[in-house]
Amino acid sequence: MFRNQYDTDVTTWSPAGRLFQVEYAMEAVKQGSAAIGLRSKTHIVLGCVNKANSELSSHQKKIFKVDDHIGVAIAGLTADGRVLSRYMRNECINYSFTYESPLPVGRLVVQLADKAQVCTQRSWKRPYGVGLLVAGLDESGAHLYYNCPSGNYFEYQAFAIGSRSQAAKTYLERKFENFTDASRDDLVKDALMAIRETLQGETLKSSVCTIAVVGVGEPFHILDQGTVQQMIDAFEIVGEQEGPDAAAGQEASAEPEQGAGAGEGVAPMDI
Amino acid sequence: MPKQQANWSPYDNNGGSCVAIAGADYCVIAADTRMSTGYNILTRDYSKICKLADKCVMASSGFQADVKALQKHLAARHLIYQHQHNKQMSCPAMAQLLSNTLYYKRFFPYYSFNVLGGLDNEGKGCVFTYDAVGSYEKVGYSSQGSGSTLIMPFLDNQLKSPSPLLLPVQDAVTPLAEAEAVDLVKTVFASASERDIYTGDKLEIVVINADGIRREYMDLRKD
Repeated sequence: MFRNQYDTDVTTWSPAGRLFQVEYAMEAVKQGSAAIGLRSKTHIVLGCVNKANSELSSHQKKIFKVDDHIGVAIAGLTADGRVLSRYMRNECINYSFTYESPLPVGRLVVQLADKAQVCTQRSWKRPYGVGLLVAGLDESGAHLYYNCPSGNYFEYQAFAIGSRSQAAKTYLERKFENFTDASRDDLVKDALMAIRETLQGETLKSSVCTIAVVGVGEPFHILDQGTVQQMIDAFEIVGEQEGPDAAAGQEASAEPEQGAGAGEGVAPMDI
Repeated sequence: MPKQQANWSPYDNNGGSCVAIAGADYCVIAADTRMSTGYNILTRDYSKICKLADKCVMASSGFQADVKALQKHLAARHLIYQHQHNKQMSCPAMAQLLSNTLYYKRFFPYYSFNVLGGLDNEGKGCVFTYDAVGSYEKVGYSSQGSGSTLIMPFLDNQLKSPSPLLLPVQDAVTPLAEAEAVDLVKTVFASASERDIYTGDKLEIVVINADGIRREYMDLRKD
């Protein structure tokens, strides 16, 4: 595409009114390995695919505990994600210290978004190259937010980011109406199914994914590999039977998306 | 013109006493629950003991507003440590952190006299005693606060802590059993309450051992 003339600086607009550097940052998110999130009325589950650089190395940490009631899954430049997680943790600690109560998730994501926006309006900075799925519980219930490098943020019932996330999104779109009243375990199963979609053929094992849960009466924590493998084994058998049904369901479904898709002509950051 | 004196002090002394005793596999930390100012009692039911980590508890007497601020500060630092290291802080690590935190305010100190008690990485009991600006030492037992002048000599008599100058080097840890140590603490506070007007009302005892943390209370003189 011939958009190279206006993409040197983040502070340069294109004639079409786009900031290409920010859009390129969103591309970085799409390159990262998949991360998904889904929520019910009382729980939120985050999951991610563990991608290791080589057989010899360990995989990068993509899910971070921010506080007892908030956790985040990232996709994109994991180094940027780590730095933002540290910022989020700090904000939670400072708020707790001053107000003796947990930081409401909605406030945190706004602060995060404002921080990202700063990097889209300074010539000496670059946008953060990471998308964050923020899962949190506060007085107003369970929340799942997606924070973009552009400085936008959206609330979702379920969402997926990173490479091959469209497959997971398609699965989530089919199932999301059941999530609100789903049990915690069903929610985790759906998360594993969604992750399986992104693997496209590869076997789903606990070593390939990481799952984290936060909910009412359950502080944010990452599930251990043993538990995850048990859940995979439990539904793998059922999963085989679901195969033919799923294929038929996909063609019939035409539910409106919760902002998960974007028109081709519209700038990606305007989702 | 004679030198001007301050007509207001940022500090107050809320009184009270704290004690900690280390055992081979346990640690006892105790403090009374009376909070006073001058010759008045503010409340008979205030806890001077704070759990900083899984196996680390601090008891502080002095100016409780500073104590509260210090406790909050350490709790926040502990959270950061857990995020970075994925584990709880050990008692010796917390001891150093407390010392550094106190010295940081060397020129406007926390008016807080602390004893830190808990289990070290090997599960042995440890007690650290501090002054207001962070000077600290690992000991087998200690007391701080308004009753410490009454309590400390008695503990010395009962626990016969060996001098660090003696050879061969002996452990700082007491040979007492857990139940005996708790009993000793109760005796010590009952005695201190008799003569120290700032110590009394109720005694809060916290015991840390391999099974976890246990709390118990005992009534003291209310006069």
